[in-house]
Amino acid sequence: MTEIRGIYTLWLREIKRYLRDRTRIVSSFFQPLLWLVIFGSGMRFSGTVGSLTYQEYIFPGIIGQTLLFTSMFMGISVIWDREFGFLKEILVAPISRFSIFLGKMLGDSTDAVIQGAIVFVLGLLLGIRLDLVMFLEALPVMVLITFGLVSIGLTAASFMESLESYGVIQSFINLPLFFLSGALFPIRGDLVPSWIQTASALNPLTYGVDALRTIILGDAWQSLQPLYYDILIIGCFDLVMMAIGTLAFSRRK
Amino acid sequence: MIIAHLFAGKTYSGFPKVAKPVRTRYFSNLDSVMLSVEEEAQRETMRSIIETVDLTRQFNNLIAVNKLNITVEKGEVFGLLGPNGAGKTTTISMLCTILRPTSGKAIVNGFDVVKQATQVRKSIGIVFQDPSIDDRLTGRENLYMHANLYGVPPSEQKNRIETVLKLVELEDRADDILRTYSGGMRRRLEIARGLIHYPKVLFLDEPTIGLDPQTREHIWAYIEDLGRTHDITMILTTHYMEEADRLSDRIAIMDYGKIVALGTPSELKETLEGDVITVRTKETERLSLIIAKRVKIEKTHTSEDKLEITVRDGKALLPRIVEIAANNNVYVESVSLREPNLEDVFIHYTGRAIRAESGDELHGMSAIRRRKIR
Repeated sequence: MTEIRGIYTLWLREIKRYLRDRTRIVSSFFQPLLWLVIFGSGMRFSGTVGSLTYQEYIFPGIIGQTLLFTSMFMGISVIWDREFGFLKEILVAPISRFSIFLGKMLGDSTDAVIQGAIVFVLGLLLGIRLDLVMFLEALPVMVLITFGLVSIGLTAASFMESLESYGVIQSFINLPLFFLSGALFPIRGDLVPSWIQTASALNPLTYGVDALRTIILGDAWQSLQPLYYDILIIGCFDLVMMAIGTLAFSRRK
Repeated sequence: MIIAHLFAGKTYSGFPKVAKPVRTRYFSNLDSVMLSVEEEAQRETMRSIIETVDLTRQFNNLIAVNKLNITVEKGEVFGLLGPNGAGKTTTISMLCTILRPTSGKAIVNGFDVVKQATQVRKSIGIVFQDPSIDDRLTGRENLYMHANLYGVPPSEQKNRIETVLKLVELEDRADDILRTYSGGMRRRLEIARGLIHYPKVLFLDEPTIGLDPQTREHIWAYIEDLGRTHDITMILTTHYMEEADRLSDRIAIMDYGKIVALGTPSELKETLEGDVITVRTKETERLSLIIAKRVKIEKTHTSEDKLEITVRDGKALLPRIVEIAANNNVYVESVSLREPNLEDVFIHYTGRAIRAESGDELHGMSAIRRRKIR
C-alpha cells in the first residue's frame, strides 16, 4: 500500500509540475504544427501514399514523433531534480527503487500522452479525418509506446552529469529513432535501401507508428505488421526498458 | 577522567566485537574502564541507536571519513562539529543510505545501512544541508508528498501536516508555490518535512546555515523542544560552535575524517583547564616567546595579528602579560579574556581554528555566519 501511494504521489508531482508550466503546454502545439503544416504541405510533391495525401500519411508519424521527443525531454527532470536536490529526498524515501522509477515514469508518460493528444486536436483542426473511436483506440497504443520511450529518457538521464551532456544524448537518440520509424516515409522493401529497413525493424518506434497508422488510417494503409504483433513487440520493449531503468535508478554511489 | 569513561563505555559496550577502539592521546585509562562496563554491555546495546564500526568512505584518493567509530544513545542530541570538509556530511550520507561506505559498517536503529537500507530509511528523517524541496509545488504539497512517500496513513496526514506547519509558523504561506519563499522559510519547511513521519532519528545537516539570527534562534528553540517532547534522537552537524554548544548533549569534534574529541560540551571545555587570553598585536611570535619564558602557560596559539594564550588563572595573569609586553616594547592593540569555548577546544585538539579566517574578533562567529550566507 505504501508503495502504491508512493507511486501515486510521484506521479501526481509530475502532473502538477507539467500543468503549471504554461509555456510547455503552449509550445507543445507548435512543433507538431510546423511538421504538419510546413513539412506536410511542402513535401506534397513527394506524392501520395496510396489514396492518402502526404499530410494524412505523416499525421500518425507526427504523433509518434511528439511522444518520442516529449518522452526524451522528460529525462531532463531527472537531472533537474538532482541539480536542485530533490532527488535526494526521493532516494532516501523508504519505498523501492522500482516504485520510484515507476512513479516518475508514469507521471512523465502521462505528460507525454497529453502532448500526443494535443496533436490529435491539431489534426482535427487541419481537416484530417479523425473521430472519437479512433482516438480511444489510439490512446492505449500511445500510452504503451510512451512507457518505453520515457524509460529510455529516464535511464539515459540517470547516467548524465549535466543538462548539457543530456542535451547532446537527447538529439542523438531522438533523430535516428524518428527518421528510422517510418514516420516521414514508408519503410518498404521497394522504396528504401535494405539497411534502412533493417535499422527500422530494430527501432521500437517503428511498431508504434505502424500501430497508430493501422488505427487512424484504416484500410487506406497497408500495415507492416498485424496490430497485435506491433503491440506485442512494444510491450516487450517496455518491459525491457523498465527493467533497465529500475536498475539505473538503483545504482548507489 | 570523565570523558575517557564515557568514550570507553560507548565504544566497548556498543560493540563488543570491536578489536581496536579509537585511542586518542588524551584517553589513557581505557583498560581500567573496560572491565567495569563489561556487565552493562548488553543493556547498553539496547540503548544505542546508531553504531559505526571503522566506517570509512574514500573518494578516489581522498579519505573523507576514516575508520569512524561512534555510538549514539537513544534520545540524545549528538553534535558532529568540524570545519567544512571534515567529513560530517559524508558521515551523515552514509548513515542515511545515500552513500555506500567504502569499508566498515554502520547500524541505525538496529538495521545495517547497506543490507537493510529500506528499514533504515523508514527510521530516519533528514534535513539536508542543501535544499531538497520541489520549488514548483506549494509548501503543503511538498509535505503531502513526503507523507505519502514515507507511508504516513492518509487519515493522519492532514493532522500531522497542520501540526508541523504550525510548529514552523508557515500556516499562512502553506499554499504558496515554494519559489516565493525566502531561504529561511524553505529551511523551516524542510525541518517540518523531516518530522512528518515521526522518525526515530532526525539528521540535521547544518540546519541553520545561511539563516538570519532570529530564524536561527527560533529553529534552535524548536530543536530543543523537539528533543524534550518527542524522544527523537538527533544527529546535528554544524561548524557553528554556539549551535553545537547549545543543542548537543554530546559533541564529537571531527577533523580530516576522524573524531578528535568526544564528550559533553562542558566536559570538552573542562579538558582545556584554563582561560584564554587573546592579545592583538603585530608581533605575535616574539611576544609569545617572551611570555612563555616568564609565565606558566598551558598552550599558545598564534595567528598573524593575534596571540591566544591558555592559562590557569586568566584574571591574575592578564595584567602581567600586558606589563611584559610593555616592558619589551611590543605594541599591544587590545587584550581580552574569556572562559574557554568550543572553538578553543577545537584549536586545542587540531592546532588550528575551525575556519582559518575566523579570527576577526573575540568569538568570530558573526564573521563566519556572514560569510556562509548564500
